[in-house]
Amino acid sequence: MEILIQQLINGIALGSIYALIALGYTMVYGIIQLINFAHGDIYMVGAFVAFFLISIFHLPFFAALIIAMLACSLLGVIIERVAYKPLRNQNRLTALITAIGVSFFLEYTMMYFVKPDPRAFPASFKLHNITIGNVVISSKDILILIISFTLMLILTYIVNRTKTGKSMRAVSFDKDAAQLMGIDVNKTISATFAIGSSLAAAAGVLVGMYYGQIDPLMGIMPGLKAFIAAVIGGIGIIPGAAFGGLILGVTEALVSGAGYSMLRDAVAFVVLILILIIKPTGILGKNIREKV
Amino acid sequence: MNDQNKSGSFWKRNTPGILVAVGLLAVYLILHFWIQGFEIGGNKYQLNKYYTLNIYLMGMNIILAVSLNLVCGITGQLALGHAGFMAVGAYTSAVCTMKLGLPFAVGLLAGGLVAAVMGIIIGLPTLRLKGDYLAIATLGMGEIIRVILINIDYVGGASGLSPIPKLTNWTWIFFITVGTVLFVKNFINSTYGRACISVREDEIAAETMGINSTRYKTMAFCFGAFFAGVAGGLYAHNFFIIQPNLFNFFKSFEYLVMVVLGGLGSLTGSVLAASGLTVVNLALQNVPDLRMVVYSLVLITVMLFRPGGLMGTKELTFSIFKLNKKRGGDRGTSGN
Repeated sequence: MEILIQQLINGIALGSIYALIALGYTMVYGIIQLINFAHGDIYMVGAFVAFFLISIFHLPFFAALIIAMLACSLLGVIIERVAYKPLRNQNRLTALITAIGVSFFLEYTMMYFVKPDPRAFPASFKLHNITIGNVVISSKDILILIISFTLMLILTYIVNRTKTGKSMRAVSFDKDAAQLMGIDVNKTISATFAIGSSLAAAAGVLVGMYYGQIDPLMGIMPGLKAFIAAVIGGIGIIPGAAFGGLILGVTEALVSGAGYSMLRDAVAFVVLILILIIKPTGILGKNIREKV
Repeated sequence: MNDQNKSGSFWKRNTPGILVAVGLLAVYLILHFWIQGFEIGGNKYQLNKYYTLNIYLMGMNIILAVSLNLVCGITGQLALGHAGFMAVGAYTSAVCTMKLGLPFAVGLLAGGLVAAVMGIIIGLPTLRLKGDYLAIATLGMGEIIRVILINIDYVGGASGLSPIPKLTNWTWIFFITVGTVLFVKNFINSTYGRACISVREDEIAAETMGINSTRYKTMAFCFGAFFAGVAGGLYAHNFFIIQPNLFNFFKSFEYLVMVVLGGLGSLTGSVLAASGLTVVNLALQNVPDLRMVVYSLVLITVMLFRPGGLMGTKELTFSIFKLNKKRGGDRGTSGN
């Protein structure tokens, strides 16, 4: 029982990371129907920015977190402008392949500069463990939960209550109609990329802090898993991404807890394929019939 | 080989085919003797081992790129799990020759067949998905295959399977490569191939015309997997050791780059791109860090400026040498 609760806590911490990345995926997919493969690498860049800020400039953790988020939102906007915008009216396959290209470009450019070896992420906190019975809750877990839930609340506020959010919803509903209503579609798409990328950067910094180690290829697996999380919740649906992230995180933690940690990655993909076969629109998704 | 028998009596009509056959035979013989080593006037000429290896790799890359093109280019289904099928073929054939003591040809065939069966098993459920979902699902399938192989102790787990006898030689590589290209070429020009192209162009319209799109997609997927499996077998018997992690997502990506660069749907494009990128690889061997950076930049640039790939859906035929339009021009079924 205690092991189960311990695994649940680990799973929720991991799941909220997935949820943060998945939010960016789902927002971008909702607005331009593109799987932004480079999203996982923005998360990696975020972790590295924070790493350099903390270890070279000795900034406090929160300052590094915010600067990394800003830097990555800029990076996200640049990627969108350079690589995706010219292809917006092309075949969707073309944009998808470009996204894969951007992803590899970020990974290997980073690897060229920082070398492939993992680096220790500087610990910027004193750890306090809270022990209840045999269950250990570390301050890292709590910090991850607080930061990710705060960011999700801010996101919900932006999407539902601000003008940018309103235009984002409008563009994702019908791009042409939104344009006719005087919404600047380009600006809205850029804003979506900026917000999504900053969430990914935050996830990267949190993971660096949580596991204490980062490397240039760290974004691949979490990126794919976050995409799976977005699909589980129903891609394009913002609460769905958060929900799917938590489900996936807890599932993985339970699988590792049961002693099958080698199969952890496979389980995530099996979940994905099952969801795609049984309910391709995701748990919270609605069925939309394809129109000719 | 096949086209030589067929074209024997129609010299004039089949000049291009005969020229290609003679050219290929010449390439085969020259490289065969060069790799074996020969002596002229006391001087021994032999192709250096490293270049030989790269020529082998070029052959395997052509097989993999052409078979992936069948799925991605001809049928228009973006699949990112090609390395998974290659792994299945590599492991099956290696187990056949190493542990069961079967001959190499049986091993290769078994590798291809098991990969093809995997292709059907994986294809039937996933090919109902479209575009991006299919890409992710096949990527996931490739990763599942890799993780499963890591967990099977019979084939060595994560540390890999060795020692695999070195049975791959130039003759095997050459004839399998040529056979694959010929097969895919004939497939494209058959009823099945045209059905696949119609699925690529517009799936709903194809369904309306009575084409069972799932069947043709699965068929293309199955053939693609078969050739990937055979190429995997060649790969395994060339490198002494295979490890599950060799066949990861990056490997699938490399072949995707070849197909995309050559043009989605262009067979000659895939062959050219696969050969070209092998040479580029050789040139960039001294700067391995930059290799993937160059690869990804090439991919992004090609997509931005020529979204259809260098060749588009066109084929390189002899019609570029002569003005009569008997063979050229009718190949681009897409019509744009």
